[in-house]
Amino acid sequence: MRRRDFLRNSLPAAAVLPAVVDGYSIKAFAADSPLLQALMNPTTETDHVLVIVQLSGGNDGLNMVIPVSNYSGYYSARSNVAIAESKILKLEGYDKTGLHPAMTGLQRMYNDGKLNIVQAVGYPTPNFSHFRATDIWMSGSASDEVVSTGWAGRYLNTEYPNYPEGYPNETMPDPLAIQIGSITSLALQGPAMNMAMGITNPTSFYNLINNVVDPAPDNPMGYELTYIRTIAKQTNKFAERIIAAAGKVPQQAAYPQDNYLADQLKIVARLIKGGLKTRIYMVGMGGFDTHSSQAESSDTSIGTHANLLKTLSDAIKAFTDDCQFLGVQDRVMGLTFSEFGRRIKSNSSMGTDHGAAAPMFIFGKQAIPGVTGNNPSIPTGASVQDNIPFQYDFRSVYATILEKWFCVPASTIETVLFRNFQSLNIVSDATCKGTPVNDPNQTAGEQLVTNYPNPFTTTTTIQYKTQGGHTLVQIIDMLGRVIKTLVDADLRTTGTFTVTFDSGALPAGVYYARLQNEAKQQVRPMLKVR
Amino acid sequence: MDRRAFLTAGRTKNAPIPAAPEFRTESGLNEYQGAWTRNEAQHLLKRLMFGSAKQDIDYFSSRTMQQAVDELLNPASQFPAPPVNDYTEDMADPVVAPGATWINDPTDNNELNEFRQESFKKWWAGVMLNQDRSIREKLTLMWADHFGTETNTIRNAHFIYKHNDLLRKDCLGNFRKMVKDVTIDPGMLIYLNGYLNEATAPDENYARELMELYTLGKGPTVAYTEPDVRTAASVLTGWRINPDTLEVYFDPAKHDIKSKTFSSYYNNTVIPGRTGADGALETDDLISMLFAKQETSKYICRCIYRWFVYYKIDAAAEANVIVPLSIIFRSNNYEIKPVLEALFKSEHFFDVLNQGCLIKSPVDHVIGCMREFNVVFPAVADYTDAYGMWSFIRSFMQAMGQNIGDPPDVSGWPAYYQEPAYHEMWITHDTLPKRNQFTDLMTWNGHTRNEKTIIIDVIAFTKTLSNPGDPNRLVADALGVMYRVPVSDTAIQSIKQSILLSGQTQDYYWTNAWNGYLSDPGNMQAQTIISNRLKSLYQYLMNLSEYQLS
Repeated sequence: MRRRDFLRNSLPAAAVLPAVVDGYSIKAFAADSPLLQALMNPTTETDHVLVIVQLSGGNDGLNMVIPVSNYSGYYSARSNVAIAESKILKLEGYDKTGLHPAMTGLQRMYNDGKLNIVQAVGYPTPNFSHFRATDIWMSGSASDEVVSTGWAGRYLNTEYPNYPEGYPNETMPDPLAIQIGSITSLALQGPAMNMAMGITNPTSFYNLINNVVDPAPDNPMGYELTYIRTIAKQTNKFAERIIAAAGKVPQQAAYPQDNYLADQLKIVARLIKGGLKTRIYMVGMGGFDTHSSQAESSDTSIGTHANLLKTLSDAIKAFTDDCQFLGVQDRVMGLTFSEFGRRIKSNSSMGTDHGAAAPMFIFGKQAIPGVTGNNPSIPTGASVQDNIPFQYDFRSVYATILEKWFCVPASTIETVLFRNFQSLNIVSDATCKGTPVNDPNQTAGEQLVTNYPNPFTTTTTIQYKTQGGHTLVQIIDMLGRVIKTLVDADLRTTGTFTVTFDSGALPAGVYYARLQNEAKQQVRPMLKVR
Repeated sequence: MDRRAFLTAGRTKNAPIPAAPEFRTESGLNEYQGAWTRNEAQHLLKRLMFGSAKQDIDYFSSRTMQQAVDELLNPASQFPAPPVNDYTEDMADPVVAPGATWINDPTDNNELNEFRQESFKKWWAGVMLNQDRSIREKLTLMWADHFGTETNTIRNAHFIYKHNDLLRKDCLGNFRKMVKDVTIDPGMLIYLNGYLNEATAPDENYARELMELYTLGKGPTVAYTEPDVRTAASVLTGWRINPDTLEVYFDPAKHDIKSKTFSSYYNNTVIPGRTGADGALETDDLISMLFAKQETSKYICRCIYRWFVYYKIDAAAEANVIVPLSIIFRSNNYEIKPVLEALFKSEHFFDVLNQGCLIKSPVDHVIGCMREFNVVFPAVADYTDAYGMWSFIRSFMQAMGQNIGDPPDVSGWPAYYQEPAYHEMWITHDTLPKRNQFTDLMTWNGHTRNEKTIIIDVIAFTKTLSNPGDPNRLVADALGVMYRVPVSDTAIQSIKQSILLSGQTQDYYWTNAWNGYLSDPGNMQAQTIISNRLKSLYQYLMNLSEYQLS
């Protein structure tokens, strides 16, 4: 939501508080006048930006954030790859934990108060398969749930519920999310479609002719054709905005050469400064699957893993400096994640096998500096099965970002993440005082399906708009299963209709109302509460 | 019933029609008894080869469906000649002469390996471009995706080639044999650290992927445990690579000789520990245990289905296609060909609901386009120019998201496993413009290197059509090669008029122009008149979303 609208809409406390729901803490509106005054003159209308840095392969967190206070336990569990104590980078004012020697950039950021290190982030019953674990992190699901949407995609769907119908528009002329790299990821998959656009280089867009010829047939061929046509259209519309935004930024701070991640982050900084209202950027680097030879036997502070961490650290440092140079540092925050950490005990191939919890970095000027949590406990004589237990659920990190960075109300966070999660002290929430309602994003675009009341207890009324032709309204659960089909008909008239969804004995939780009207589709998340 | 009638049947007003994306079909593996026309031959070719070249449609549509499938499943041609030293201008090879193959040279030199790795990848693109009339190359690519090795990890070009050669030679053979061959293939031993896996330091990497990606897959009925992965890793201990000869051997001293007990999922199977050279036999025991699980046959049939039919496997497809195929697979002792034969001759494969719904992979898009337009590449014997052009083609496929030889990770390309989007992942805001860019480029300018140009020869292609002087037939015939999605007469009229007729309403403008060129082919002006219109036409057809489907 844009700050101006937020302020305009956060006036009388009584009017803005939604119906109080059992079990939800509603933050009271705080009339903080100095803050309001300060915020009344925003220099830009664009909102907060989150940069997600994915480290593919399973990053060895234990050699990245090193438990100095238990160095002997750490060393004895992995003496062949352990970092020499004297080489560990120290954190100012915090001697229990240190950083890998390659991460001088992040050390500097920590000391400058721009880094929060969250220890041992994971989830119950960890999974050790790369792509299942990646799916869990991307989807924000529990270990035993298979959710086919991404957490960031669901958030964007709550924020811009009408997307993609009527997009781009004045409220949101830009892609909701941008993935640097060609394949858009599961994290940005919304209930109806992927919420992101993938780009490699913002100036290489290519205009395509796209005059649609025939209506898509009603079969799998037509379904795929509609998908491709949708992408083709968006490619056109967004390309100009992105090229224009990129063109507005003639100068940036220095970035390291030959650094794949830095190359991506440089594009991100440029697009942010160029004025895109895009909320989420995803970037990434691979190579963290260090089963063997992760460090040099002669000097464990160098080698494959050290090179990866240097790439990561240098890139984030350069990006953060550039954000400051460009004057956007107050709007930008980032996080790093990997699908899992690695085993406590190293193997004799000078590597580490798939593990469990690992630290995350929260970086940027608005990160609350410090180390969150304790060093992971390392059992004496760690065996090959021993893993780092998690201290913080990764969804707590997501929930905190949503709450304190994107100012998302509690019930919406539960809609996005399916449950309540602990709020962490890792991000400043100074800009989220008050209770946002009537966000213009909610009505931007073409509103085709809505429901009221929401949240609901047993029944809710679904209102849908059809242009005639085949019209389908389905109820889908969080796992993507069709629970109920409420409308499935060829309609001869256009108009707005309502239908009641009686949830009966269905369990409380998140449900989606999906409208499909010829080529259009739209999905509205709904929260059933007890 | 023709396709259009089939699609619109039952769609009376107000009658509920099934909703996207859940409309699938009940059809199963009964042999297809319907019409065998150019349409069905084109469908078969688009799926089993890269693109449906007109001469191939001509060839197979004049046979029976059974003959066509049999021929496509029984390649008659020799295996391709191996990659050669094309890099002599950049680096002198101390052993292998320019133009000679390097695959038998065990030299393991980093710099040399990089050039040979590139040579391999260009060569592979060339092999696909020059595929014979069979499924062999598409199947080789499928298995390369299935086992998902990366040349960037294997590094040693000798092993990289050997791995690819193994997949090609085993691609239509026995799957159990292929899994055994891959297990002790040096490229794979390096890729997933099998060569480091030893009794005192088991490395689980291969054992895990062997179960999760190569045989059993995942899913609600697959319930092996983490200890099973570790136990399988210990079974596989002892395989080594001799650094001098590059031969794989079994080292009993590195093998874990204790007896291995698996979980109840494997019926508590015990693989007795063996000593000495017999330790190698435990690998066979392990593979037998994996192939005793029905999940293996079902999972592989699903993988095949996702490559050749469609990515959505609903309950009907599972019951009517996957399960019967898996029974065929098991009862034929995991021979691959009987499964493919049953699938490709089935009602299900030719079901109209399974036609035209497969999004082309980048390889399909690029190689298929080159083959359908009969783009002439430098002769293989002219290896410097040929490899240069193959390199260009290969890098375009990489830009579109499919770097042959280097899938993103061991899982292969996400388009074949990532729910819920699957094949749709090939089409993004980045890759779709690049697909258009490629076809635009190949239509208008081509790619020129060393005074040779690869380009779509629009006139030569058009001459192969049945009656190019009739603009209506021209467009319809071209679509009969390029498209699987039916195009309405209205749209054909509109395309014809706006492009071939430059806005005129009379067909004879085109007929005259075409005949004018034929009567004076050396006349540059006459040639340009038709070639510019034809370029615009083919470019436009390839820019439309329909072209992305096969």
